[in-house]
Amino acid sequence: MGMQSIGRPTSPFPSSVSGAETVSGSKGLLQHEDLIFEIGSPDKTGVDLPKPKGGKNRLGGVARQQSTGLPGLSEPEAVRHYMRLSQRNYAIDLGLFPLGSCTMKHNPRLNEKAARMPGFSDIHPLQPQRTVQGALELIDELATWLKTLTGMPAVAMSPKAGAHGELCGMLAIRQALIARGEAETRKRVLVPASAHGTNPATAIQCGFIVDEIKADARGRVDMVDLRSKLETTDDVAGIMLTNPNTCGLFETDIKTIADLIHDAGGYFYCDGANFNAIVGRVRPGDLGVDAMHINLHKTFSTPHGGGGPGSGPTVLSDALAPYAPVPFVVKDDDGFRLIEETEGDAAQAFGRMVAFHGQMGMFVRALTYMLSHGADGLKQVAEDAVLNANYIQARLKTVMTPAFEGYCMHEALFSDAFTADGIETIDIAKAMLDEGYHPMTMYFPLVVHGAMLIEPTETESKQELDRFCETMTVIAERAAQGDEALKGAPYLAPKKRLDETQAARKPVLKWTAPVPEAVAAE
Amino acid sequence: MSTYFTEDHEWIAVDGDVGTVGITKYAAEQLGDVVFVEVPEAGVSFGKGDDMAVVESVKAASDVYAPVGGEVTEGNGDLADAPETVNEDPQGKGWFCKIKLSDKGELDGLMDAAAYQSFCEGL
Repeated sequence: MGMQSIGRPTSPFPSSVSGAETVSGSKGLLQHEDLIFEIGSPDKTGVDLPKPKGGKNRLGGVARQQSTGLPGLSEPEAVRHYMRLSQRNYAIDLGLFPLGSCTMKHNPRLNEKAARMPGFSDIHPLQPQRTVQGALELIDELATWLKTLTGMPAVAMSPKAGAHGELCGMLAIRQALIARGEAETRKRVLVPASAHGTNPATAIQCGFIVDEIKADARGRVDMVDLRSKLETTDDVAGIMLTNPNTCGLFETDIKTIADLIHDAGGYFYCDGANFNAIVGRVRPGDLGVDAMHINLHKTFSTPHGGGGPGSGPTVLSDALAPYAPVPFVVKDDDGFRLIEETEGDAAQAFGRMVAFHGQMGMFVRALTYMLSHGADGLKQVAEDAVLNANYIQARLKTVMTPAFEGYCMHEALFSDAFTADGIETIDIAKAMLDEGYHPMTMYFPLVVHGAMLIEPTETESKQELDRFCETMTVIAERAAQGDEALKGAPYLAPKKRLDETQAARKPVLKWTAPVPEAVAAE
Repeated sequence: MSTYFTEDHEWIAVDGDVGTVGITKYAAEQLGDVVFVEVPEAGVSFGKGDDMAVVESVKAASDVYAPVGGEVTEGNGDLADAPETVNEDPQGKGWFCKIKLSDKGELDGLMDAAAYQSFCEGL
């Protein structure tokens, strides 16, 4: 036969050797990497320049006497160091990122293309306004979309993240109370027990006092507790509420809550972090909301979680609109113009929150996302996000314990009730690392024991959700059986289970050179 | 000497008009491994229920409230370097501070050991 028999075998050999440990510390093509101080050294340099001849030191007595201790590396060493570290990153571009309340959805590449257009990317915030009319129009157009989607009359575009938007909303409330002459008496802000931690923090930052409302057995605001907190009303500044809340549930009494707060003379701040679940379906303005931040980096798909800055435009009701911070864009006969000073139309503005005009790059991405989906597409975003979360809840409810009965919104919340004694939520999360998944949000919200909050978002396919659920089913069954091996996970990650207690009690914040053996022996 | 307990899981062991304050075994177990403790210095005064100390574990940071009002006569400085003492001996060596009580009547609202135990069982 004339067949070619030379070449390499293309089938794997059967082997009984597992070979888990390697000489180099690398695992396959995932290279082991030391600290940069351990690779380079101060007496090494990546640039080979001749020593300067002569020349007088003109620093007087202040010339450095000792080495800086900074390591020298060659260019390929430096490049490889950071490339290797970057391989250890987990990103939405690598896999499902089920971090509850973070809405880690896919960031469409079309957004990136639009943001890189020179008319948006190569402009400067101090350029004459007549040369950036397109950029100003984009800010104005995005503002119109946000106002339309929320049913609110005004929006402050400049806040740079969710918590910054909260600060904007609460400062607007404080300014409104100052205008009413009640800033000194109305100090109490009601915050549900399940709130994002930033809510009470923001209230305190603005000089308010936090009064916590209990959650009821359904995971929603306890209306009896709320009414009891409103027995005295002349000290109530407002309420901060997330809807859907951090239990992934729609606050069904939200209209009553809004009415109660308004009757008490307070304002209703809605945390818009979970807007993804209701965008296109529910307008917060119709629910009686006075202020709400919108995380462009969640609902409107701009990168976050280490991938890009946040952006938190804050919509305001008629009652709060006059106090919106500068700058903002207005349109008149001459085109678009920025109101920069707290005078004239902006005389009542509470001030300014940022140096310039907000996260322009994120504005471009968010508007691109809106225009590419259209109003009907955004409605489907919310529907699919809720559908995906309920699919996960339905598939996992036989092996894990849903925290509350009934359908969820955009995230499925489980308690650790299904685990055997000794197995905790952290063990499940660590086992997920071995399976190649970023863990879900854990131990939050605090109202659920050992909480596991899973938010798949609408951008995951059914195949991906199935793969995730099959993996979670196996881990959950091991947890229910009390599989001790879970306590040691992760086994396949670059670092094994870390001792968080020791790390917190005796943190090592600085690398120190090991003492050379010869010296140590003396 | 008698020991009293609060619903916020502080204990106070009173001897004369001085009480030694700490957090209960139940609280220490719930917190998990304690990694940082900040205790008040001698000379500082608190009202009943004021934030008096901070205890941080790997899970959470919590305020510790003064079970009664009074002036601190001594803080347990050893906890700064050995926060694990709070886990090892919460109702002994893991004490936080000693308070000179301003009003012994404030003890009346607190629980005794038996009442506190049944309170914890109900949680």
